[in-house]
Amino acid sequence: MALQHVNAIVVGAGAGGGIVAKQLASAGLSVVLLERGKWCTPFEDRKDDLRNQRTTVLGAPFGPDDERNPRVFVDEQGREQLVQPRDGAYNNNAACVGGGTLSYGAMAWRFMEKDFRMRSTYGAVEGSTLADWPITYQDLEPYYETAEWEIGVSGDDSNNIFKALRRRSLPMPPLPPNRECQILRPAAQRLGLHPFDIPMLRNSVPYNGRAACMRCRWCVGFACEVNAKNGTQNTVIPAALATGNCELRTECIAKEILTDAQGRVTGIAYFDSRPRLQQQTADLVVISGSANESARLLLNSKSRLFPAGIGNRHDWVGRNLQGHAYTGAVGLFHFDCYDDVGPGAGVAICDFNHGNAGLIGGGLLANEFIRLPYQFVGWRPTHVPRWGLAHKQYMRQSYRRSMGIMGPVQEMPVFESRVQVDPGVKDYWGIPVARLSGHRHPNDSLVGQFLASKAESWLKEAGAHTTWKFVPGSGLSGGQHQAGTCRMGDDSNTSVVDKYCRVHDVDNLYVIDGSVHVTNGGFNPVLTIMAIAYYASDNLVKSWKGRHGVA
Amino acid sequence: MAMAAAGSGVACGKFSSPWRFLRVNEARTLAALCDQIIPPDDDPGAAWAQVVNYIDRQLCGPLQHLRNSYRYGIAAVDKSSRTLYGADFAALTPVQQTELLARMEACRAPADAWNQLSSRAFFDLLVDHTMQGFYGDPRHGGNRDRASWKMLGLPYPPIRGRLHFDVSKQ
Repeated sequence: MALQHVNAIVVGAGAGGGIVAKQLASAGLSVVLLERGKWCTPFEDRKDDLRNQRTTVLGAPFGPDDERNPRVFVDEQGREQLVQPRDGAYNNNAACVGGGTLSYGAMAWRFMEKDFRMRSTYGAVEGSTLADWPITYQDLEPYYETAEWEIGVSGDDSNNIFKALRRRSLPMPPLPPNRECQILRPAAQRLGLHPFDIPMLRNSVPYNGRAACMRCRWCVGFACEVNAKNGTQNTVIPAALATGNCELRTECIAKEILTDAQGRVTGIAYFDSRPRLQQQTADLVVISGSANESARLLLNSKSRLFPAGIGNRHDWVGRNLQGHAYTGAVGLFHFDCYDDVGPGAGVAICDFNHGNAGLIGGGLLANEFIRLPYQFVGWRPTHVPRWGLAHKQYMRQSYRRSMGIMGPVQEMPVFESRVQVDPGVKDYWGIPVARLSGHRHPNDSLVGQFLASKAESWLKEAGAHTTWKFVPGSGLSGGQHQAGTCRMGDDSNTSVVDKYCRVHDVDNLYVIDGSVHVTNGGFNPVLTIMAIAYYASDNLVKSWKGRHGVA
Repeated sequence: MAMAAAGSGVACGKFSSPWRFLRVNEARTLAALCDQIIPPDDDPGAAWAQVVNYIDRQLCGPLQHLRNSYRYGIAAVDKSSRTLYGADFAALTPVQQTELLARMEACRAPADAWNQLSSRAFFDLLVDHTMQGFYGDPRHGGNRDRASWKMLGLPYPPIRGRLHFDVSKQ
């Protein structure tokens, strides 16, 4: 039986797709929201320190499952490996309603003005496709504000003198500082830095009808037990469903984007949970599957007019895959710094995001989220043995007397770092899988070294007697912060979507997620993904003229 | 049927064994290995904390792709041990046990015992899984009595602040 035609299909119920579905449904469009994962709750996905987004040794709890969803990873030496979601090389984000926003750490960063104008700021960079965005911070500013107020952000960045102008302050105050913040904030001030309370998509006070954070240690990597962490699954997606115009279909695997003889999109072919192949027709289609899966879906949608995949006339789909090279340092202290009060991360500096002599870009630095015991095993200076009584002694001495400072390096986009579809390997549904290959730009390690040394000085000023660095390697990066594979641009020869996220070649196909990022900032990207989703939806709704008159 | 549902029907060894995957002698060797990786002192060691139970359980679950590594690796440890000291690993003195583990870490264990899997690779697996079993959530079969969490002074239950938290459902 044919499915009823709708105005819009949104593929992917994550940070971008959830917002688009709600904005379109609120404007009166009929929407089908397809999600390949399930609607998880914290009660099904109980806090598990060996099976979460940070430690996947026993599996990736927020999907996709290991059995049916392989990928191919090609390392820097060109060796191919079949990988599962729990493997680091898989570069997994999540597959569930809310996507990564169900289990993220929830830092809510606005990019800085220069982050949209990297090419103008730093010039051409050899070995990189570094470019300016076709939109500016000012274009997105009102939509950042919408995201902060609708999804819900707490924090106070008034002491961040580097931030771009904001018209409205955050809706919620910061959580009170934990002990780490009480130690690190004055230390940063003594160094002449500008520490402030991190904006977080987390309720510090009751907001939007939900409770405040209870400050447990199970935050980043887990679903919130009291629903105080704000993602699309507990804000805009329920709001979309409440309009009566949006139907959410979970465990539905998009196979390809369907087109007619003229090259216009007619809908989506997908497998439902049984799995039966379904065809859903629509006036327009929005792809929000995140950088790896959105690119894969476009590349898997081949037709006479699009033999290399839809939107891929100039071989840019899947290119410039980037994430964040995480860098930082750990310090050991003679006094207790750890008070087991979550979420842990609370204080940050943006002193080193730009303007670092001789370097391109930079990144924020913040104290690390709370450490779980098994994760802490890896926080070990090289002179301490991995095992034996010395290991045990170290764990007892250092668990409460240590702090970590980490930050995301703004990566230089690399054309060869990419998502392709594998010619041989297929998933459970018979769909060719994503094939990831490439490497980081050499600048990323230089910035990583620089930021790590700044993290070390901060820890030393705070009283650390021993410090050591975590510096990123040169391997491909496209995990939870994956971005860049469907670049936004004015020139259709060197980008995939226009500045409203519409695919250049096709007037009723949009990509709205991190894929469109030209560059990914020295920040966690989620608030920018959300702002772009509001911004692009706004334009889509304004240009919507009914079933037969899509702009 | 009930046995299979309880997860105890996976009998792989020829000998009757209380374990799911491991044979009795393998479990004995594994316990001795784990207990040198995290030895008992004022706080319990890995064997007391049932790290062997953790590994055995995961080898019938998410880590089942590593069954061959364990079957081969444990046998190779005992073979190395007999070559060097004339006895199985579990029968060695603690000094001999740590000596052999250090050799494995440096990939200097007797070569003829390790032609299918390097001793260093098996050592890395052992250390990682011992840490998981010792520091991970007790629900996975290790960290008996929350021994490691007590050692680190982590309060229980781990989700604090939620007044209606029901410990009986843990």
